[in-house]
Amino acid sequence: MTQILVRYCTLLILTLLVLTIISFSLAYLFPGDVLENLTGLVPQNDIQRAALEKQFKLDQSYVHQFVYYVSNLLTGEWGYSFTSGLPLREEVGIAMPATIELATYAMLMALFIGIPLGYYAGIRCYSTSDYAINSASITIYSFPVFWFALLLILIFSLQLDVAPLSGRISLLYHIEPVSGFILIDILLADTENKSLALKDALSHLALPTFAIGAIATASMARMARRSVIDVKHRPYIAAAISRGLSSWQIFFRHILRNALLPILPLMAIQITTLITNAMIVETLFSWPGIGNWLIQAIYQRDYPALRIGMMAVSTVVITLTILVDLFNRVIDPSREKYERAAV
Amino acid sequence: MSHGLVKRLSLCLCSALLVASCAKQNKQAFYNTGIIYCSESNPVTFNPQLDTSSTTSDASSHQLYDRLLDFDPESGRIVPSLASSWLVTDDGLTYAFQLRKDVWFHTTKYFTPSRNFNADDVIFSIDRWRLTSHPYHYISGGRYPYFESIGLAQNIAAVERINGYRVEITLKRRDSSFLANLATDFAVILSEEYATQLSQAGTPSKIDELPIGTGPFKFESYRKDHFIKYRRHDNYWRSSLSTAEDDTAPPDNNRESEVRVDDQNQAFGDNTPNDGEQTTVEQLIFDITPRSSLRLAKLMTGECDATAFPAQTELEVIRAKDDLILAEKPGLNIGFWAFNTQRPPFDNPDVRRALAAAIDKNTLLEAVYFDSAIRAKTLLPAASWAFQNDADDTAYNPVLARKLLADAGIETGFSMTIWAMPVERAYNPNATKMAELIQRYLRDVGVEATIVSYDWTTFRRHLREGLHDSVLIGWSADNGDPDNFYRPLLSCGAIPSGTNRAMWCNQDYDRLINDALETDDIEARKAIYRQVNRLLYERLPLVPIAHAYRYQAYRAELEGIKINPFGGVRFGGVEKTL
Repeated sequence: MTQILVRYCTLLILTLLVLTIISFSLAYLFPGDVLENLTGLVPQNDIQRAALEKQFKLDQSYVHQFVYYVSNLLTGEWGYSFTSGLPLREEVGIAMPATIELATYAMLMALFIGIPLGYYAGIRCYSTSDYAINSASITIYSFPVFWFALLLILIFSLQLDVAPLSGRISLLYHIEPVSGFILIDILLADTENKSLALKDALSHLALPTFAIGAIATASMARMARRSVIDVKHRPYIAAAISRGLSSWQIFFRHILRNALLPILPLMAIQITTLITNAMIVETLFSWPGIGNWLIQAIYQRDYPALRIGMMAVSTVVITLTILVDLFNRVIDPSREKYERAAV
Repeated sequence: MSHGLVKRLSLCLCSALLVASCAKQNKQAFYNTGIIYCSESNPVTFNPQLDTSSTTSDASSHQLYDRLLDFDPESGRIVPSLASSWLVTDDGLTYAFQLRKDVWFHTTKYFTPSRNFNADDVIFSIDRWRLTSHPYHYISGGRYPYFESIGLAQNIAAVERINGYRVEITLKRRDSSFLANLATDFAVILSEEYATQLSQAGTPSKIDELPIGTGPFKFESYRKDHFIKYRRHDNYWRSSLSTAEDDTAPPDNNRESEVRVDDQNQAFGDNTPNDGEQTTVEQLIFDITPRSSLRLAKLMTGECDATAFPAQTELEVIRAKDDLILAEKPGLNIGFWAFNTQRPPFDNPDVRRALAAAIDKNTLLEAVYFDSAIRAKTLLPAASWAFQNDADDTAYNPVLARKLLADAGIETGFSMTIWAMPVERAYNPNATKMAELIQRYLRDVGVEATIVSYDWTTFRRHLREGLHDSVLIGWSADNGDPDNFYRPLLSCGAIPSGTNRAMWCNQDYDRLINDALETDDIEARKAIYRQVNRLLYERLPLVPIAHAYRYQAYRAELEGIKINPFGGVRFGGVEKTL
């Protein structure tokens, strides 16, 4: 076990190190001044510039610069945004949880709707209900997410007027960001209109979550169905049937857990898709998340923000992927023999 | 089913309904406490003295501050605001302002006023932009574009405190537009006490970032690209005026008590605009939404109660919705076609008249403005008090145009350039399209026109250098005074500053518009401007085309919102009932 942990840790650290090197070199690769790209600060005069260059060790070798850069990243000194002038850590700290929140709810939706649907379809494979679920899932799965989101906006916001189309919560509420998750923050907040605020936040969440979640649910259902069908054809199921177990017993004792095992590693791949989809959907719903923030940074050529944004998104994705992988390894020790850690 | 069960069931149903309706009322009550306005961009600063863009003045001028004087949005007349009355000496050089008492500055997390508004605040606010030696002059850049463009600082000789509530301003020359300039969005009153506190704390630049004013709302927070939040100013003076006479003066106001004895009740209660009653609206929020289509969508779903600048193409959508209201009013602007009068043959008035007669303005109005503008005869829109209804106007007459051109010796096939500005403005939403239409009209009279456009900065620089033959551009005024149109657009002095697009300099014209400022008699001024209009019609340095409407789209729940043709949007006194 310790060996596994060490192996995963080195993998994580090495990947992050490569990322850091890339993000550091971006300061040189982006057009414009290296000092400004690296810090987001625009020196007013030569004295200031010299002082900053000394501070960021730009007068020394690349290795020194890089070491200083990494130490800054670790201590939370991420530089400043060109456009807003605010510390990037603060900006990412607000935007990132918003995206993760959206992705989490979509993931929960996929888990609690997609997997049961897939199991149902798998058990009843090649029946009418299986075909119905299967074709519905493949239809939804082939929707481009931005188109699907636009469709939802058009129908539910503009035509039926049942859901708002932008933001996380009506601006009339004052919710202090503590965890960055809006629903948790509302529960923690000290406002009189807690239930109203909660309702408002949920109505804001509904459409974007559904837009991302539906596609994840569809793919999850398809994976679960495939896995159940595979398990059903295993010899131990035939043995169980011949031993006279009822179909419920077979399902709960043998199919349920065994079918889950191949799905979990696939979930790790889903996380990347989910976060990418969340970033796309954000811009349509003006959700103040990291995707929206990065798009703004691209429009406004905010290079420090782009550099840190790329760093932050890939760190989150890599960490989550490795964690899920580790989790799989823990619950399924049989994989250890033939598989090494992989991203 | 027993009788008792039915009874119990219906009781249950009733109480459930009651709870539901209660919750609904609760919800309505909460949503009624805040107005959300979808604004189009980030303000540059929260002090409108420092910036002339309408985004800045929308976000600050009428929300956070008051001015000494105001324009009445209906009549355009100057009405008292923080100055309850004023006196002008006969020579027109000295203005004495009697200030209102019991006007309180905002109490916020970062400032608590210990005294109410008085003469020191007025002197501080004016001296800040007027005197380069003022300690606050160079804070936040030291540029005060509006006051610089009209040269007001140079014309003020002194701003003096007579007593705590009386200020006297002495001018060097007569200027009958002086009061109008004090009523613009830019002439706001800041707090001197706050400024002193800030400079003691060593953070003077905060005065423009964390603003303190006397306006109906106080600043709460701002997040760039996201929102600006304001709270109601509970001690707002207009609300205490309309309720009973105020004995509810806020605490700690014993400092200036001896000054308050003299003429206590000079406040012209009946002159005060009646729109300042204490409202149920506790919050005002600017939701910063740069995309016009998204602003419209938010307005439709009720996420915004009002929006800025609906696009011309969206107007029909708004009109078609029952729960949306589109208010329109002729704006204080003018879109025109100016000739470069320093280049032959455009230095010949007959050539200019011929070109003007070659185009049909009504078609331009339909095709470019979608009828959201009125035809311009002179520089002044109808919202100005000096508007001349019976002014001469050019008419579409290609025959006359051809004859005039032939008389002036212009041969068929003569070529010229039409510069079309690259940006959208209310006064000209699509200059390129207009240029194409004009091009076709000119072809009919034998003139070949080429359309020229650059990016906006280069475009304006080349215009200032006079590289154009003619240009389609316009002007938005900042106050209702006619001088705000005539002087910047066509006076000799405006050629170097680049606002005189016709590069036209006429001594008679300059003499007339200067004469008009020498008198305070409205009728006398109107008569002078009639002469000016006649002169412009004869010489025609530019062809006035249209005065575009100003639009304000809002939801039917809002009450009391008025389009202000003289500057930014106002939310003081607006009510919301869902």
